[in-house]
Formats: sequence, structure tokens, C-alpha cells
Amino acid sequence: MRKYILKRILLSIVIFFFVMLIVYALMRCLPTSYIESIARQKSQQPGSKSYEEWMAQLSAMYNMDKGILAGYLGWLGDFFRGNFGDSWYYTVPVIDKFNETVWLSFVMGLIAFFFELIIAIPLGVIAATKQYSRADYAISVIALAGISLPTFFFASLLKLLFSVKLGWFDLFGLVGRSYSQLSPWGQLLDKGHHLVLPVVTLVVVSIGSLMRYTRTNMLEVLNADYIRTARAKGLSEKKVIYHHAFRNTLIPLVTIIGGSLPGLFSGALITETLYSIPGIGYTSYHAMVGGDIPFSMFYLAFLAILTLLGNLISDILYAVVDPRVRIA
Amino acid sequence: MNNEPENRRQTAEGGADGIERGGVFEAGNADAGINADTAAKDAGSYSLNDDRRVKVLSPGAMVARRFFRNRIAVAGLVILAFMFLFSFVGGLLTPYTEDQQFYRIEYQYKEYAAVVENDEFRFAAADGQSYTSAIHAQFIRALNSAPAASAAETPASAGAAGIVKPGAVGAGSLTSFTYRDTTYYIYRDGEDFYRVTLGNGTVVGIEYKDIISSSIAGQRLGFDFQYGALLAKATGESAFSVDGVAYALDEDGLVTRDGEEIAFISRYVVNALSPDVFISRAFQEELQESLMLARENGEAEFLFTDEAGETHEYVVRWRPSYANWQVMQETETRTYDTYASPSRAHWLGTDRNGMDMLTRLMYGGRVSLIIGFIVEFISTILGVILGGVAGYFGRWVDNLIMRIVDIFYCIPSMPIIIILGAAMDAMSVDPQVRMIYLMLILGFLGWPGVARLVRGQILSLREQEFMAATEAGGIRVSRRIFRHLIPNVIPQLIVSVSMGIGGTIITESTLSFLGLGVKFPFASWGNIINDVNNTFVLTTYWFIWIPAGTLLLMTVLAFNLVGDGLRDAFDPRMKR
Repeated sequence: MRKYILKRILLSIVIFFFVMLIVYALMRCLPTSYIESIARQKSQQPGSKSYEEWMAQLSAMYNMDKGILAGYLGWLGDFFRGNFGDSWYYTVPVIDKFNETVWLSFVMGLIAFFFELIIAIPLGVIAATKQYSRADYAISVIALAGISLPTFFFASLLKLLFSVKLGWFDLFGLVGRSYSQLSPWGQLLDKGHHLVLPVVTLVVVSIGSLMRYTRTNMLEVLNADYIRTARAKGLSEKKVIYHHAFRNTLIPLVTIIGGSLPGLFSGALITETLYSIPGIGYTSYHAMVGGDIPFSMFYLAFLAILTLLGNLISDILYAVVDPRVRIA
Repeated sequence: MNNEPENRRQTAEGGADGIERGGVFEAGNADAGINADTAAKDAGSYSLNDDRRVKVLSPGAMVARRFFRNRIAVAGLVILAFMFLFSFVGGLLTPYTEDQQFYRIEYQYKEYAAVVENDEFRFAAADGQSYTSAIHAQFIRALNSAPAASAAETPASAGAAGIVKPGAVGAGSLTSFTYRDTTYYIYRDGEDFYRVTLGNGTVVGIEYKDIISSSIAGQRLGFDFQYGALLAKATGESAFSVDGVAYALDEDGLVTRDGEEIAFISRYVVNALSPDVFISRAFQEELQESLMLARENGEAEFLFTDEAGETHEYVVRWRPSYANWQVMQETETRTYDTYASPSRAHWLGTDRNGMDMLTRLMYGGRVSLIIGFIVEFISTILGVILGGVAGYFGRWVDNLIMRIVDIFYCIPSMPIIIILGAAMDAMSVDPQVRMIYLMLILGFLGWPGVARLVRGQILSLREQEFMAATEAGGIRVSRRIFRHLIPNVIPQLIVSVSMGIGGTIITESTLSFLGLGVKFPFASWGNIINDVNNTFVLTTYWFIWIPAGTLLLMTVLAFNLVGDGLRDAFDPRMKR
């Protein structure tokens, strides 16, 4: 087991290396007018160095003066030493901006994930146990509709209905107008109030796949021989489904849930941008569109690590939860 | 041969089902294999266990049967058919083109002129005299410091004086002031009309508030004429003469000579806003009347036909912040017909550029569908080739390709596409080229999923007997992979492509929505909805974004429903 985990971690590191190499190469191919504009800006300050000197210094700082591979190794070295550089767009150290925003995204993701679980799993189980019933069709269509719903359209509909027509929520932002005058408790409530629509959007848009996954796995389990045995023994249907079938459905569910936990940190790029929630997704969207290479590189590396971590967790969990799986 | 395993299994299943459920065919819930109509008709002529009762369908036909029994999947197919007709045929039928702009004629009140009621003294110097603005300033000061009682002096005494007769220095003058050793005397000749003279009675200049303007363009009014006319106006006389010529002055301030209009006296100054507008006398007269009305009601309207014969409506309104009267002319403006409500000409209104919404939706559908198909085509081809090679050869080839797949799986695709989109913005790539890049990028990021699917299937398929047979038959490797293995993966591929197109359409529209995908002038359902970033559009113009969003949702849903239905149809094992 330990050997397996070690092997997976090593493989993940290799994958990370190549993923970031591709990303870095892409970033280097972009027109980097940003460095030039910063250099121009700095060279115009009184008593400053010339534009060329600034350009050389900044290029060296961001490893832009070397070839792609050497520059990449330089970036990688900095990254692992915890030196993430300064964000060009936000003009603060990348790590500061990251710490400032990532927790909001995490909280939002966690709330959404919680609702997703408590809605999707029961519905998936119901759909599977009553296959081809009306409930099953309804749930399947709802799940597919959720998958098919473009986030931005759904968010616009929610805004029109709840913000404009009913006036229950604000259209944008995390805090209301009178935020600074509120008590700490009131501020928390205000934030919570502003998170309602984004969380609803996230839940509805991402609920479908988990629901379908639950249904498929539950169906598979229900077709298994041991369920037939359980029925043949004369167990009550309730016991068959919730004791024998559901527990076995949990195996794939736990692995997929464990695997998606790191993803909670990655932020909801589109949803956060639509609602102007200053989480990591919104922050990096603006950094990326603004050509902020240090921040974008950091964010992409962060995402890659989260993905790899998620895969690793789900693989390990799969081995842990299901004793039938013997690791080669 | 290539379809053998599938074929055998399904035939057997079909037959078994058919015989078991022979009695319920008419009820219409036959499960597989037998054509219900034929069976019902022929049931009498064959014995129950006659093989001819069992009509064996080809695997494809069975898949089709199973698919068409799934109502939801059929609904999806119908929606898809509609979308294709709507986008591809609709675009041909619509009378408009993709980027045809429409105009509407708008009646706008544009500022035409401003009217100020003159409450400041203006001055005119007598011929040959110097009456400068410095003297004017001294006059104002002297007048203000003059005793209030004498200011209210009856006009009769001064007014009746008429033309000044030489007499005592400064006799009858209201007040006097000295400027540069010269003493000037002020005589009040009428209401807001003063004459300034030297000690010897020579008129140096006049100070007045009523303004005299020439009715004939280019005509210069001499000082004597001005003096005479203004004096007459100030004293309320209806006639005066200058240099032996008799003039008449009516109540409205119109100066005529033998019935011919010479000048016009008014307390109002009309300034045209644009220098090329000549405020004609007739217009001023018209305006004057409206001003009277406007004074009472706060606003007045009048119609005026100018010399060119064009009739416009004018509105006069008091503007407190400017302390003047604003004259606005109603003009026709040809503007883009933006955000027009649905009408007979534009069934879904027009968008922010004045283009027909329905037509844009049709062309947007084309773009979205074509991008979906091409992207899926690219990623499927790549995925099938790499997955097929990996699955067939195994060992290090498999290992290598699968690690590449892992790497591509790990690339955060949405951020990468956003960055590339922003970079293309910065490089201002041509919208058409940009669309091609977009397809290539999406296609290239999408293949690892397909490769994994194909490899997984092929790993199990290549161990089967029919592959041993192809090997024994000496068929070359590429043919073995692409003629014998891949066709067996096609069912899964079709399902994955169908669902993948839906996903691609969502990705493309999200990018277009963010302004990083398909760009104007090309329409895409995503960039049509982009308008809701303007909150006013979101709240007011439902017809801009709700139809586009609905079409998008329906299309993606239909692809998913069809994919789902196909999966069930291809893989009946999942059915209990």
C-alpha cells in the first residue's frame, strides 16, 4: 500500500512537471507587453534607470531572458522554494492575494458541495430503485437539465427573478452597501445573504452528474447477485436497498467525493465572475484576462496540484474502502 | 466478422425475449427483437415454437428500435432536428442576413436655440464719438448710485424732452459721472433707455435693454436709426423719423418703412446653437408669442415652417439652471434600430446593433452547432487514433500514451482557454481566424477522454477470439485496429460524441459570453446572451437573452438526451 502511494505520488510529480511545462511554454508565447509597460512606467520616474535597464532587470526577475526550458526550470525552482513573485495586476505578492481570496471560494464550494450531496445522493438512489417510473424519468431529466444548463444563463435567470423582480438579493458583490456599519454578526449574515444565489447556481449546475453517477452505480449494485440473494432470503425491500445495496453504492461515491474535495479550493471561475464574488476564481479570471503571468502561473499550478491530489485521494480511497480491490 | 460478439449476443437475447413474451405483443411493450405487427399478424399461421415466428433484426435495427421506444430520447432527437432546421434552413429562409443592420427614424428634440431675456444694459456709441466699455462700466456704477427716487422719475418729464435741446449744462440729467476728466451726463429717456451726453449736450452713446436686430440679412443699422427706434420703443410711440425718413413701430416691436419691414425690437436675445442657423424674423415673432404662453404655462409648443418649406415642431421651455429659455426643435434622426421590441418585421426584436434577433439566433445556432461538431470531430479522431494504438500495442506504447493522456487531463482547460482568448484579444486576431483557433484549441484539449474510453474498450476486445482470427488471417496491424477493433467501440464513441457536443457547445457559449470566444460580427448563442452584462438589458429586454438561452439549453439537453438514449439502446444489459 505504501509502495503504491509512493509510486502514485512520484508519478503525480512527473505529470505536474510536464503539465506546467506545457502551460509555461504557452504563457511564454503570449505577447508580454505587460513587462514592457511596467518597465516604461518605472523608467519614467524621476532619477530612474533607463527603460532598457529596467527591461533587463524585470526580464531576469521573471526568467523571461532565458530560453523556455531554462526559464521554466527557474520558475519551477522559485515555485518550490515558495517564491511566487508579485502579481502584476494586483501589485501585491501573489501569495497574499491568494490567501486573501481562497478561503471565500473554499467556504462557498463547501456549502455548495454539502447541498449537492444531500440532494443528489437521495434522488439518485430513488431514481435507481424505482427505475423506469415517473420519478426516475423526472429525476433523470432534471439531472440532464442541470448538466445542460449553461451557468451564465441560469445565473442571469436567477438574477432576473430574485434580484430584479423580487428584490431579495443584490445583483453583484459579496457585501451590501451598509456592510461597514454592521455588527460582526451582521456582516457575516450579509455575506451569507450575498452567497445564496451563487451557491444555488453552483448546486443546480453541478448536481446532475453526481445524481446520475449515484443512479448508475446503484443500478449496477441492484443487479448484483448478492442483492438477489438478499431478496431471496426474504429481507424487507427497505433493508435490501438501504442496508445491502446503498452501502455498496457508497464505495464509488466515497471515492469520487474524496477525489473532489481538493477541487473545493479551486474556486468557481464562471460563477464567481458572474456574481462578482471576490474568490480565487474571480480574482484569477481578472488576472488572466489582464495578462498577469505570475498570478496565472501560480493559479494554474495550484489547479494542477488540486487535480492531481484529487486523483490521488480517490485512487487511495478506492483501495481503502473496497477491500476487494487488490493493488498491483 | 467484426461485429460478431455484439451481433450474437443481441440476436440471442432478442429471440429469447420474443418467445417468452409472445403473448403481450399487442400491448405494445415488446422488449426486443420481434416486430410486433408482423408477429401479431403471423401468430396464427406458425406454431408457437416455429423459428419463422422470430424475426431476427440486424443489430443496428435493434438499437434503433430500442432507441425509438425511449420517449425522452426521441424528444431529444426531435428537438435536435428542430434546431438543425432552425439554424441551417432558417438561415436560408430569413429575409435578412447575419449582420444586416436596421434603422429607425426617431423624432428627437434637439436644442435649436436659446432665448435670454436681456436684463443688462447694452450700449451703442454715436457716430464719431467714443463710447467704450470702460465708460459703459462707469455708467452702470453711476446709475446704481443714483438716488432711487430720481430713478423712478416720471418718464413724462424726461421722455417728453425728446431730442435734447442745448441748455444748461447737465440740466434735467438724472446723474452724471466723470471719466478721464470728462463729465458725462445721463438722461433717462424711457424705461431702461438712457442717453449719455457730454456737457455740451452732444450725445455720446445710448444705453438700452431692448435689442434691435435687423430683419434684412446684411443690413447695417446706423446709430441714428437705432437711437430713434429705441427711443420710440421706450417711450411707447408708434412712429419716428430719422434723417427725414418716417418709420412706423408697432406694439410687437416691428419697425417698418412704408410697410416694409426694416428691423425688430425685442427684449429677448435669440442665440442659435449652431452657427449656420439664421434665426429669421418670422421665427422670432412666432417665438415671441410662444414665450408669452410659456411664461404662463412653463412650456409652449409651436409649429414653424421655414423658408425651405420644412415644418418643424418647436418647444420652448424655461431652464432655471441656465436662466434662459430653451428652444428645442423636433428633428428626424436616422438611428440604428436597437433593442426594438418584437414586431411583425422582427419577430424577436433587434439587438444592440440593430440586427434582427431571430436571424442572429439562426446564425448563432449554426456557429454553435458547427463548432460543437468540428471540435468533437477533432478530439474523437485524435482520441481514437491514440487510444487505439495504446490499447492495441500495450506495454510501453500504452504507458507513454496514457501518461500523455494523464498530463492533458491535468491541464486546467478553462483557464488556459481564457488566457488564450485574452491573448487573441490583445493581438486582435480576425474573428474568423479566431473561430478556427477556438475549435482547434477545444478539440486538442478534448481528446484524452476519448483516448481513455477507446483504450479501455480495446484492451478487453483484443483478447477475444475474433482478434486471434484476424491475426491468424495475416491482416496487417493498422487494418486490425481500425477495421476490426475500432468499429466495436463505435457505440460508446457515438454516445461520447453526442454528450461531448453538448459539453462543447456549453464551453463555447460560456467563452463567447465572457467575450473570449466567437466575436462580433459572427453570432453565437453565447455572445448574444453577453448583453445581459448590461443590467438594463437583463431587466428590460427579455427578448435579447431569454430566447438565446432557451435554445442553448434545449440544444445541449437534446444532445444529452439523445446520448443517454443511445447508451441505453446500445447497452441493453443495464435494463432489468
